[in-house]
Amino acid sequence: MSTRETENDTLYFGDVAFSSRLLTGTGKFASRDIIAPMLEASGSELITVALRRVDPDAKEKDILQYIPKSVRILPNTSGARTAEEAVRIARIAREAGCGNFIKIEVITDMKYLLPDNAGTLKATEILAKEGFIVLPYMMPDITVTKQLHDAGAAAIMPLGSPIGTNRGLEMKAMLKRIIEISKLPVVVDAGIGRPSQAAEAMEMGADAVLVNTAIATSHDPVMAGKAFALAVQAGRMARLAQMAEEKEYADASSPLTGFLRQ
Amino acid sequence: MHIILNGEQTASNSPNLHAMIVEKGFDPDTVIAEVNFQLIKKTDWEQTSLHEGDTVELLSFVGGG
Repeated sequence: MSTRETENDTLYFGDVAFSSRLLTGTGKFASRDIIAPMLEASGSELITVALRRVDPDAKEKDILQYIPKSVRILPNTSGARTAEEAVRIARIAREAGCGNFIKIEVITDMKYLLPDNAGTLKATEILAKEGFIVLPYMMPDITVTKQLHDAGAAAIMPLGSPIGTNRGLEMKAMLKRIIEISKLPVVVDAGIGRPSQAAEAMEMGADAVLVNTAIATSHDPVMAGKAFALAVQAGRMARLAQMAEEKEYADASSPLTGFLRQ
Repeated sequence: MHIILNGEQTASNSPNLHAMIVEKGFDPDTVIAEVNFQLIKKTDWEQTSLHEGDTVELLSFVGGG
C-alpha cells in the first residue's frame, strides 16, 4: 500500500526494493486461507515462514502454497538454539527454493523467547558471507547493532517486547537509540499488538515493523492487516513530515490578542 | 533395513529416498529431505539409496513469525 506522498519512499534490504514497510508472518492463523486476503489487504510484500519436521498425520499442504507468488518469503530459523543450527536451517531453506532472505532467530530463553545476540551475530557473519540477505532478530543493543552491520546484515530486527505478547514498545528507550545510530534499516519485530504501537515505532524512525500475532489472532485478520498497513503508513508519513517537538507549556494556536479586554 | 526417520526408528524396504517418502505416506511435492544431515535435492532422491542406520529428516515449511 502506498500513497502519493510515499510512492518513491523505497525500503531496501540488500538490493531488493520494497514499497511496503509492513512485514507480516504466517504463524497462528486459525485458517491458512486467510493469509492471501490478509496480504492483499495489508500490501505486505515480505512474510515469514518456519521450517519443521513433517508430521505424517497432518495432511495439510505446506504453508508456501498459501502465499501468493508476488510476495517474497522470509524463512526464519526459529527452533535454533545455536548459531550452527540457525545456519543449517538457513541453508536448507535456500536449497528448498525459498530465496536468499533469512530471518535469524537464535533463542535459548524459552520463557520470554528473547534472542541470544552472540549466537545471532555469529550466524549473521556466516550467512552474510554465503550471500544471504540476513535480517537478524535481536535484543536492542547499541554495540550489537554496529557489530551486525559489520558482519554484513541487511537490516536489524530489534524486538519491541517479547514475541506474541502484544505489549508494544517496552524497549522504546533503547529502540530510539538504535534507530539514531544504525546505518542499517531497523525493523521493529515482535510484541507489536496494536496499530497505534506500529505507528509509534514508525514515528520514532523505524524503517519497518514486523507484525504476526496481532494480525493472525485478531477476530478479522484481513481488516487488522489493513489497519496495521494504514498505521505504518501514517507513522512513516509523520516521520517524513518531521513533527514538531513537545513543549512544557501551552503555545496558543489562535491569536489571544483581541478585542475583549482593551 | 532400519532407518531413523524424524528421530524415530522405522523399518523400510524402499530402494531409494523417493520410494521411502512415498512408502511412508509423505507428499513428495512439499517435503524437504536430509539424509545423515546432508540436504538431498529433489532431483537426486531416486538416485539416493538408503542404508541400515541412516538418519533421514523430512521437513516442510509451516506457519511462523
